Amino acid sequence: MSVDVPSIRRLFPALHQEVNGKPLIYFDNAATTQKPLSVIEAQQAYYEQNNANIHRGAHTLADRATLQFEAVREAIQGFLGAKEAAEIIFTKGTTEGINLVAKTFGKKFITKGDEILISTMEHHSNIVPWQMLCEETGACLKIIPITPEGELIWEEFERLLSPKTKLVSIVHASNALGTINPVKRIIAAAHEAGAKVLLDGAQATSHLEVDVLDLDCDFLAFSAHKLYGPTGLGVLYGKRNLLEQMPPFLGGGEMIREVSFEKTTYNDIPFKFEAGTPSIAEVISFGPALDFIQGLGKKSIMAHEIELLTYATQLLQDIKGITLVGTAAEKVSVLSFTVGGMHPYDVGQLLDAKGIAVRTGHHCTQPLMKRLGIEGTVRASFAVYNTKAEIDVFAEGVAQLARIKNR
Amino acid sequence: MNSILDIQEEIVSEFEILGDDKESTIFYIMELGNSLDPFPEEERKEENVIKGCQSKVWLAAQFIEGKCHFSADSNTDITKGLISLLIRIYNRRSPEEILGNELTFLQRIGMGNILGSQRSNGLASMIQQMKRYALAFKTKQLSIHGN
Repeated sequence: MSVDVPSIRRLFPALHQEVNGKPLIYFDNAATTQKPLSVIEAQQAYYEQNNANIHRGAHTLADRATLQFEAVREAIQGFLGAKEAAEIIFTKGTTEGINLVAKTFGKKFITKGDEILISTMEHHSNIVPWQMLCEETGACLKIIPITPEGELIWEEFERLLSPKTKLVSIVHASNALGTINPVKRIIAAAHEAGAKVLLDGAQATSHLEVDVLDLDCDFLAFSAHKLYGPTGLGVLYGKRNLLEQMPPFLGGGEMIREVSFEKTTYNDIPFKFEAGTPSIAEVISFGPALDFIQGLGKKSIMAHEIELLTYATQLLQDIKGITLVGTAAEKVSVLSFTVGGMHPYDVGQLLDAKGIAVRTGHHCTQPLMKRLGIEGTVRASFAVYNTKAEIDVFAEGVAQLARIKNR
Repeated sequence: MNSILDIQEEIVSEFEILGDDKESTIFYIMELGNSLDPFPEEERKEENVIKGCQSKVWLAAQFIEGKCHFSADSNTDITKGLISLLIRIYNRRSPEEILGNELTFLQRIGMGNILGSQRSNGLASMIQQMKRYALAFKTKQLSIHGN
């Protein structure tokens, strides 16, 4: 079923504005998506009517807030197809989710001589926590190489996988290139080798059907703000048997069962990993964002986005001086490119003058950029509310810059 | 030679002609970069780098007959253009002139609005670095005279 883009656009207040005297064209969705009115209103309604600290409250407001908060945990369970809501942990974002696993799973299960496997196309947030863990434990970080098109080299992955591999931490869809990795196959192969798998779902979760039981991933981390939800909120899914064995991440309120100066016992999952007051307003307003996605259906969203990606790819590849970066067969709606002779930063700033928002630079993937032999790219990324007409304006703008530089 | 204040006035009026169009202003800045003297390759070393988040700047300075001489380069055209403005203002000036005059032209042009905060911060650290050179040259001069 196709999506009704004009109706969808009406739900997003931020899209209806001029930037530098031009109608805003927002193509920075891989960084963060705009928010529908329902998300904005849910946050306001919480503060206006139900603001209270959750759990253990003896009063009505606390009860209302708690019910709404926990209802979203259940909605996420459904969204991911998890077995139970207790496997859904709220974090600050993907980065915190990965760090949580590195600190706790790492502490419990990773020792000297073990190996952790990541790929060349990881975001810094799926590199640095593992480097820190390796430094602490004496484990070793191994890197799955990629092809020039930006796809994993499967044979190399299989070669690197060994009984020493304790964890494979891999991006589901690359933020810089758009590449969709064959995660189901990766997970099956890793499990066969005895390794656990963490999926960095920051980019994929808003576009692709992600069913954690079907994929059989052990952990999945993503951020709400890339799924039309609020900033400052993330989700970490983990299998119960692992979460139960892992030590707590942060110490404080909520995560305890009983505290004495002699000994503290810890709460059950998920609360064991949720020390302190969580982002209540954000969790509650994430509910309508999930409703928005599920109302449209990920299949329809993806179909529209791929249509935009295909159209934009066709227009850009015909422009002299443009090099597309990341041409994997399976991609989410991310289009990275360079303009010959121009620094991506300058391209970004000139497009901004035309009202077009894109991201430029290394996209927090410096090792990937190094592998591709470039300093950075210009990245346009599309969401369900974007249109072909916007892509026409964007492609014309890019063509103009390329002409100026290559005349 | 016109004073630092005179040159700032010149630059401000040049930008006024461009009006409010951000795009043509940016193109103009990029054009300005073409007027930069080629950067001496032997100075393209790590200690001469001023690192911004996305753009990279090389800045070298010499002190010749009481005047500061700057040469600079960048990997982005917009930054190159901005550097050329700073060099136009500061080159062949005594340390006292550089340290004794505040740069007001960026604010008056509304450069922060044109370039955004990231690039403006980079520009500010560039100015700071040039002033540091001026201060170092001044101190050196004083110590030589003191002897």
